[in-house]
Amino acid sequence: MTDVAPSPAAARRGGSAFWRRFARNRAAVVGLAILGVVVLVAALAPFLYPQDPFTIAGRPLTPPLQGGFLLGSDTLGRDIASGMAHGARTSLMIGLVATAVAVVVGAVMGGVAGFYGGWVDDALMRLTEVFQTIPSFIFAILLVAILSPSILNVIIAIAVVSWPPLARLVRGEFISLRNREFVQANVLMGMSDWRIILVQILPNCLSPIIVAGSLLVATAILIESALAFLGLGDPNVMSWGFQVGAGRSVLRRAWWICTFPGLAIMLTVLAINLVGEGMNDALNPRLRERSA
Amino acid sequence: MSGPILDIRGLSISLPGGADRAHAVSRLDLELHPGEITCVVGESGSGKSLTARAVMGLLPPQVHATEGTIMFEGRDLLALPPEERRLLRGDRMAMIFQEPMTALNPLMTVGRQIEEVLLVHTDLDAVARRDRILALLDEVQLPDPRRVVSAFPHELSGGQRQRAMIAMSLILDPKILVADEPTTALDVTTQAQILRLIRQLQDRHQAGVMFITHDFGVVAEIADHIAVMQHGLLVESGPAAQILGDPQAEYTRSLIAAVPSLTPRAARAGGGRRMLEVSGLGKIYRSGGGLFSKPAETHAARDVSFSLARGETLGIVGESGSGKTTVARCLVRLLKPDSGRIDLDGIDIAGLGKRALRPHRRRVQMVFQDPFASLNPRRRVREILAEGPITQGKPPEEAHARSAELLELVGLEARVADRFPHEFSGGQRQRIGLARALALEPEVLVADEPVSALDVSVQAQVLELMDDIRVRLGLSVVFITHDLRVAAQVCDRIAVMQRGLIVEQGLTADVFADPQHPYTRELFASIPGRDWTPPETARAAVAR
Amino acid sequence: MLKARLRYVARRIVQAIPILLAIIVINFLLLKLAPGDAVDVLAGEAGSATPEYMAELRTKFGLDQPLPVQLASYVGRVAVGDFGYSFRHDMQVSELILARLGPTLLLMGATITIAVGLGVLLGLLAATGLNTWRDSIISILALVSYATPLFWVGLMLIVVFSINLGWFPSSGMETIAAFNTGWDRVVDVAHHLVLPAVTLSLFYLALYTRLMRASMLEQSGMDYVTTARAKGLRERRIVFRHVLRNALLPVVTMAGVQVSSLIGGSVIVETVFGWPGLGQLAFESLFARDLNLLLGIFLLSAVLVLVVNLLVDIIYTLLDPRIELA
Repeated sequence: MTDVAPSPAAARRGGSAFWRRFARNRAAVVGLAILGVVVLVAALAPFLYPQDPFTIAGRPLTPPLQGGFLLGSDTLGRDIASGMAHGARTSLMIGLVATAVAVVVGAVMGGVAGFYGGWVDDALMRLTEVFQTIPSFIFAILLVAILSPSILNVIIAIAVVSWPPLARLVRGEFISLRNREFVQANVLMGMSDWRIILVQILPNCLSPIIVAGSLLVATAILIESALAFLGLGDPNVMSWGFQVGAGRSVLRRAWWICTFPGLAIMLTVLAINLVGEGMNDALNPRLRERSA
Repeated sequence: MSGPILDIRGLSISLPGGADRAHAVSRLDLELHPGEITCVVGESGSGKSLTARAVMGLLPPQVHATEGTIMFEGRDLLALPPEERRLLRGDRMAMIFQEPMTALNPLMTVGRQIEEVLLVHTDLDAVARRDRILALLDEVQLPDPRRVVSAFPHELSGGQRQRAMIAMSLILDPKILVADEPTTALDVTTQAQILRLIRQLQDRHQAGVMFITHDFGVVAEIADHIAVMQHGLLVESGPAAQILGDPQAEYTRSLIAAVPSLTPRAARAGGGRRMLEVSGLGKIYRSGGGLFSKPAETHAARDVSFSLARGETLGIVGESGSGKTTVARCLVRLLKPDSGRIDLDGIDIAGLGKRALRPHRRRVQMVFQDPFASLNPRRRVREILAEGPITQGKPPEEAHARSAELLELVGLEARVADRFPHEFSGGQRQRIGLARALALEPEVLVADEPVSALDVSVQAQVLELMDDIRVRLGLSVVFITHDLRVAAQVCDRIAVMQRGLIVEQGLTADVFADPQHPYTRELFASIPGRDWTPPETARAAVAR
Repeated sequence: MLKARLRYVARRIVQAIPILLAIIVINFLLLKLAPGDAVDVLAGEAGSATPEYMAELRTKFGLDQPLPVQLASYVGRVAVGDFGYSFRHDMQVSELILARLGPTLLLMGATITIAVGLGVLLGLLAATGLNTWRDSIISILALVSYATPLFWVGLMLIVVFSINLGWFPSSGMETIAAFNTGWDRVVDVAHHLVLPAVTLSLFYLALYTRLMRASMLEQSGMDYVTTARAKGLRERRIVFRHVLRNALLPVVTMAGVQVSSLIGGSVIVETVFGWPGLGQLAFESLFARDLNLLLGIFLLSAVLVLVVNLLVDIIYTLLDPRIELA
């Protein structure tokens, strides 16, 4: 008699409910808007600035809004605005691909460790611990320096240092879900391990993976920009970090060279973090359980 | 009789917007008398806990008492400024909670946590405070009070923690003690001790106790007065003898009727074919250990032997840590036993490897305890019911067609198959879990506390359904439970477990009538409300 | 109790050994992954060398041995503190590293103190003033700091505080020509330390602030807080005696986890501010292609992380009685 099912309204879910919960976090909406602008600029870069961003477009060290430069020119007379538009492509691409690789590696490691437990878990977690102990940025520097700086190697280096936290997260989720009764019921059906892992458990920990993944994109962009700042970016690809690094020596004379690309990094990373938090609010499993 | 120590009149408590109803409690009248225990009884969502919180002034943020008065010592608590209410708490009125582990600060010694009450409300010096604490710990019958004072909560057992909580609440002789399900998290023997303790102390200190519970057995054990609540409304209230013996409201009658009787049902004619023969089953858990230390060993099950005939229900009864769940998980081979045989109709499945086990999986299925964890929230009911048979090689169309029949078998409509688990209530989920087990056409069903997470009225319905299906399908059932009332109603035979051993087994009626082992006797003596026989009027009222 | 704690420390040290070994192996693999070996480098330094001479050198260094043998001898050498020779600096790597360790430790110590201390304080202020302007300002600042790249913060601080305001020096650890001694030197170093330490700590300050705030809010909803209220305690006492200590635990854990990333950050900050520590040395060796030196720094910083983690573990046992020391 008190055993009533939740009302249909509470039961309704899906896309619209997700957006409603997401939009309740106003900062997340602002973040999404900023991110939208960055993506738009990145997508339109070849049309806005068809020329190679490395070509010399005018007099060196031209301040912003002079000589046809929106954001000024750098030490060699390259257009900063053009570099930033093309740099947006680099940052987003490296951030997304490196994160995707890290998420896959982390999910597999964490999933297998959490599902099987025992010595498999011990071994994989020890390995994770090793990678967490290694100072990640120095490790990334070493990898890029040894493998030679190229887009691919930068992506590899970022992915290699980024997967451990994700492995830990996924492992935790898997351990808790592994002992959930519905998984035990699946075992009793004689269901194969890989089917339980992929069909039964994985969909239930997608939310935390998506949230962690979105925050990882932000970190990846920060690492990429730091590598490029130190001169370890792909020399043929324009990037925000490279621009800041290139302007360092003339900091006293031309503040704008460092300032604008740095602002771009900050705003992009901030936007991604805000969106990530909004997604966390919208997908937060604890809130959902309480309303269920 | 003197006047009430606490007088609640017309109390309404509002819920924040977005909740399923506007008021958690509506226009409630309730009295507490000195030296008496008033039980507030209700199922989940009845508003009983929030009533307790309102008395203490501990309502969660956004939940407010909007109407009514709570008179205490001539003042309306709801009209008092927060600072004055704070000064009353811990001094004139105190509270104990359901979960003594989380209710204590894990980083502070028990003694220090009790001492805080004295620090806030008294000017006693350190020596006096310590003496007082030791005296009270002694009074709540904690062994070695000196050790308890300097112990951290995790170093005490559940029962000891609850005793410490009680000591903390009674240290300043409060006029009112609010107890919110204080024994629900405890084992039955510990529960009996704590109930006895509360009764004794309340007698000695002459406090008015407001005891929140959902368990009519507990009510029968300790109540002087009873108030029954449902959906935030007071259904009826009165002296314990009257409510327990001659309930007036329909709802109260149905609640009482749903309490399983302690008179065991007659064993059905046994002698069917042996389905399951367990002999010498053992399981040892190892934890910790490393390079230098030996792992700690726990014998979760030792030399467990029993047999189960076709169509029979065997109850395995015990408290937490008795090993009953370990046995259940060995039977369905979620765990691999370390020793012994599990003979399933001629085949020993105890030692089978993963692959060899697969064809036999189907034959032993399980019904789980937690209706919220036992169904995959991301799968539709249709998929949940069909994936078992499909895994076993049945064509998908056939499996899906069968799930409709199964839903009807467990009393749900076939059209709910396209819904997700979260759209169902706890009882309905348990039915779906049962249907999932039945989908594989098992010969043996292992039910691990299948109703202990449900409200008592729903509990009765699910038990009835299980029994019905057992008869129709000729199933053999192993029924794991901590609740002897449930065991009495469901089981033909019972086995009592303690610390991994079966200490006694036999026909339910025989064991209940004449328990042999001292532990079994203690267990029976601990059943709350064992001397109370629910009135026939209540039973008749809901004979459906 | 003390004995149990010592045994715990010993056990944690033993547990760290396989991790250290694994890091050494990774180090070795990186060395092998790099194009060219020590002999190539040596030959390059010398200008020219005959193939015969190079083969002879390879035999001498054991580079013609199978990989496992090379690994074993590498582990053996590292175990006695021999990280190889830096041809650029014409010095033992271990000597070079030790000379630069001090400044890095100073920078890290200052950073951790600022980040954890101030982070806990700000998180506490934000959580206790939930949804007030105080909370909003702290949260927004933390959010922005959390998103800002270290090198850019450094450069902007130089622009503002060094170039424009002239309050702090923009590079180095002390005024070179001054030859300060005693107290003057301490003040001088501290003066130089301000900008690098602020730069490096900003990100972590934001991290700990956010963590502390979230942790405080989570703990405030716990049952034991209700118990404390039911005892009639004042809110101040509940916050400081009950919630605060419980909320600190995840912050302490996180402080340990973040040390490895902090060392990475110091490479950037030391480069930007010309701070003569390991990070700057790493940056120099990177462009001098001095792989031995780079790997030595890498290994030492990993050891540093292990040591700090051990310290954090010990601090944790003092804070949380539930940790089993036995």
